[in-house]
Amino acid sequence: MSLELRDIHKHYGPVRANDGISLTVAEGTLHGLLGENGAGKSTLMKVLSGFHSADSGEVVLDGKSIKLASPDDAIAAGIGMLHQDPLVFLPFNVIDNFVLGSPGGSRLDRKKAAQEFAELCDRYGFNIDPASPARLLTVGERQQLEIVRLLWLGARVLILDEPTTGISADQRSKLFVTLKALATEGMSVIFVSHKLEEVADLCERVTVMTRGKVVGEAEMPVPPEQLVKMMFGQAVEVKDRPAVDHGAAQLKLSDIRTASGMLSEEPVSLEVRAGEVVGLAGMEGSGQDAFLRICSGMRNPRSGSVQIAGTDLTGKNYRDFLAADVKYLPAGRLEEGLIEGLTITEHFVLAGEDRGFFVDWGKAKKRAEAQVDHFTIKGTEASTAESLSGGNQQRLLLAMLPPRLNVLLMEHPTRGLDIESADWVWEQLLARREVGTSIVFASADLDELLRYSDRILVFFSGRIIGELDAKATNVDEIGLLIGGRSVDSGAA
Amino acid sequence: MSGFLTALGEMFDTATIASIVAGASGLLFATMGETISEKAGVINLSVDGSMMLAALAGFVAAFHTGNVWIGFPAAAAVGVAAALVVAFGNIKLSLNQVAIGFVLFALCTALSRFLGSGYVGRQPVAVPAWDIPALSSIPFFGPVLFSHNLIVYLSMVTVLVTYWFIYRTRAGLALQGVGERPEAAHSRGIPVNKLRYLYTAIGGALIGVGGAAFTLDVKVGWSDRPTLNFGWIVLAIVIFGGWHPLRAAFGVLLFGALQAFALNLQPEFPTFSQVLPSIPFPAMILALVVVNWKTLLDWLDRYPWLRSILRSDPPTAIGTRFEVS
Repeated sequence: MSLELRDIHKHYGPVRANDGISLTVAEGTLHGLLGENGAGKSTLMKVLSGFHSADSGEVVLDGKSIKLASPDDAIAAGIGMLHQDPLVFLPFNVIDNFVLGSPGGSRLDRKKAAQEFAELCDRYGFNIDPASPARLLTVGERQQLEIVRLLWLGARVLILDEPTTGISADQRSKLFVTLKALATEGMSVIFVSHKLEEVADLCERVTVMTRGKVVGEAEMPVPPEQLVKMMFGQAVEVKDRPAVDHGAAQLKLSDIRTASGMLSEEPVSLEVRAGEVVGLAGMEGSGQDAFLRICSGMRNPRSGSVQIAGTDLTGKNYRDFLAADVKYLPAGRLEEGLIEGLTITEHFVLAGEDRGFFVDWGKAKKRAEAQVDHFTIKGTEASTAESLSGGNQQRLLLAMLPPRLNVLLMEHPTRGLDIESADWVWEQLLARREVGTSIVFASADLDELLRYSDRILVFFSGRIIGELDAKATNVDEIGLLIGGRSVDSGAA
Repeated sequence: MSGFLTALGEMFDTATIASIVAGASGLLFATMGETISEKAGVINLSVDGSMMLAALAGFVAAFHTGNVWIGFPAAAAVGVAAALVVAFGNIKLSLNQVAIGFVLFALCTALSRFLGSGYVGRQPVAVPAWDIPALSSIPFFGPVLFSHNLIVYLSMVTVLVTYWFIYRTRAGLALQGVGERPEAAHSRGIPVNKLRYLYTAIGGALIGVGGAAFTLDVKVGWSDRPTLNFGWIVLAIVIFGGWHPLRAAFGVLLFGALQAFALNLQPEFPTFSQVLPSIPFPAMILALVVVNWKTLLDWLDRYPWLRSILRSDPPTAIGTRFEVS
C-alpha cells in the first residue's frame, strides 16, 4: 500500500509540532523517519494512526484521500501502529491481548484465536507462550505480540515508533529480520528513530525531520555524515568569543568506569578548568547524560574518582556536590527542574538559602519580582512554572542558580528557545566564566557547540570517541565522529 | 470455649446456611454492580447512599401499586440515575470520581431519610416465596439453594452471568480493557467513554436492585436507613473479591457467615455482645493483608493458576479519567 502525507500541520498551543510535513512511502519499502527527540516524528505518527487529528493536511492511501478521526479509522484503513511502549494490557494473557478489539460477534473463540496466533508466530519465528500474562513478557516480546496482532487485523502499513528502546540486541536483530520479510511481502513500514545506525541498517529510504519540518530525504545507503548534517544543520560562521583565562582544574574525573549500560567499559578521564566551557556532542543517549549525572553526583561511578575544586567527592551524593557549588540543569525543565503548580516566588523560596521554618512572603515576593525583572521573565512573580514558555522556564532556572558556582552542568541549555532567548541565555552563562565557573553542556546543536565551547567531546555509543579544540574543528569533522567514524581511521 | 464450639456447630445447620444464602441477595446484586462499574474503571462510591435511595424507591413503588415487581425496576432506575451522575461528572466535567461519589452518597442518604420518613412502619409488600419444583426436595441442596424466592434465584444467576460476560465474551474483554488501559483500548478502536457510561449505568441498575432486595425481601419494610453501611461493605467486598465476580460472591457469603456466627456467639458471650457484630470487619481486613503479602505474591507467580484463584489486581486505570487528546 502506498502512503502519502500532504502538508500536515499540527500545533499544540504555540508549538508547531508538525509544520507542513509532506512524505511519501512507497509500497513494500522500509522507510526511516529520522530526527532528534522533539523533532515532531511521534506527533506525525500519532496523526497517521488516528490518535491525534491534524489541524490541516491530507493523508492519501493508494491514491485515495482518507479521514483519520480515530484509531478505528486507521485500523480500518490498514494502518497499524506499534507504540514505543507497546500498548498491551499487562494483566491479561497473550491471547486475550491478541483478540481484544478484534472484530467479531459476542462469542469469543479463544481456541481459534490461539491457533491463528500460533500460525503467525511460526511464520515470523516468534516464540511467545499464549497463556502467559503479558506482564511477564519482555518489551521485545510485547512488540512481537503487537506486530502479530496488527498483521492479523490486516495492517498494510506498519508504523514503529522508536521500537528498539528497551529491547535486547537479539530481539532487535530478530525485529529487523521480521520487518525486512514483511516489506518483501508488500508491507510498507515506517521506522521512526533517532538512532542513525539503525536507520542505516534497516531502511531503504529515509526522511529527516527537524523542528517540525522535513529537512531532507535520501535513498539509502548514504554516508552517515550526510544524515548527521541534515539532522543538525550547517554551522554559520563562528564568532570570536571574548577569551577568558582558564584557572585551576575545577572538575577532575580520573579513570571513571560505570555500571554496564551507561558508559562503556573504557575508563574516562577529564579535567575542566575554571572559566572553561566544554561541549558534549553526540547522538542522543550516547552517554552524555550518564556522564553529566556522574559529574553532578546524581549517580556514582563504579570506580575512579571525581574531584571538585581540589576536593575528592567520589561516592558522595548530590547534596554534597551542591554544597561544593556544583549545579546540574537537566533537559526536562518541567520534569526535573521546576515544580508544576508552584509560583515563581515559591520556586525562589525553595531554592533560596534561608532555611528558617517560617517564610517571609513579603520579602520573598519582592525578591522574586526583582529577579523576574532582572532576567526579563515573561510572567509575574505569581505565575506558575508550567504557565511559562520554554524560554522563560529556562530563564527562571538560570535566575535560581546561586551567584557563585564552581561547576555548571547542563543538558540542551537552549533547546526549544528562539534565537533571541538562546543568545541571552549564553550571554548569562559566559558571564559566569569571569568568576571562574566551569561549564559543561550537552547539545544537539552543532552550531551552539562550536560557538560557545572551548573544547568539544564527542560521544559515540557510550564512549568518548574524540576530543576537539572548538577553534580548530568544523561541522564535518564533528559530524563524522557523531556518526561513529574516528578521524584518523578515515572513512571506514 | 464450649460456647464458641456451640456457636460454631450451629453454623453447619442446613437452616443457618439457607438463611445466609437467603440474606445475601441484596449484597450480591450490589456487589456485582459495583464490580462491573469498577472493572470498567469507574468507582461508584455513592453505593451506600444510592442503594438506600433505590431501596426507598422500590419500597414506595411496590407499596403504592401493591405490586412487588414494580418496585425493582423503580429501584434500578434510581440506581442508574445515581451512577450516571458519577460517570457524567467524571467523564464530561472532569471531576474526581471519589469526590462526586462521596457527595452523592451523603445526598442520597439524606434524601432517602427525608423522603422516607412518612413510610416508616407502613404495611410492607414482600417477594413471595417460590420453591423450585423437584429441585427443592433434594436433601441439603434443596433447602439451601432452591427453596427461596425469585429474587434470591436471580441474584445467583446474576453472579454467574456477570462472570460469564466479563471473562467469556468479546464485549466483556473490551469492558476489562477499558478499565485496565484505556489508551490501549482506544488504540484498538474501542469507544472507551461510551462503554464507561454503559457499564456504570448497568452497575448502578444492579446496585438499585440490590437496595430493593433489602426492602422487599431481606428486611421487608421501610425503617430509618435500613441498608445503612451495607454499601460500604459492598465496596470492601469488591476489593476482597479482587474484582472477580465469583470471588466477590464468595466474599458476600463469607461476610454473611461471619455475621451469622457473630449472632450465634452473642447468647454464649453476653458480655461481648456489643463487640461481636464487628468481627466480620477485622476478618475482612486480615484477608486483604494476606492476599497482598509480597512473599506470597512472589511465590504465587510460579503458579499462575493458583494466583488467578487467590488474587487479582485492581483494574489499573480505576478511578482515572480518559480523554482523547
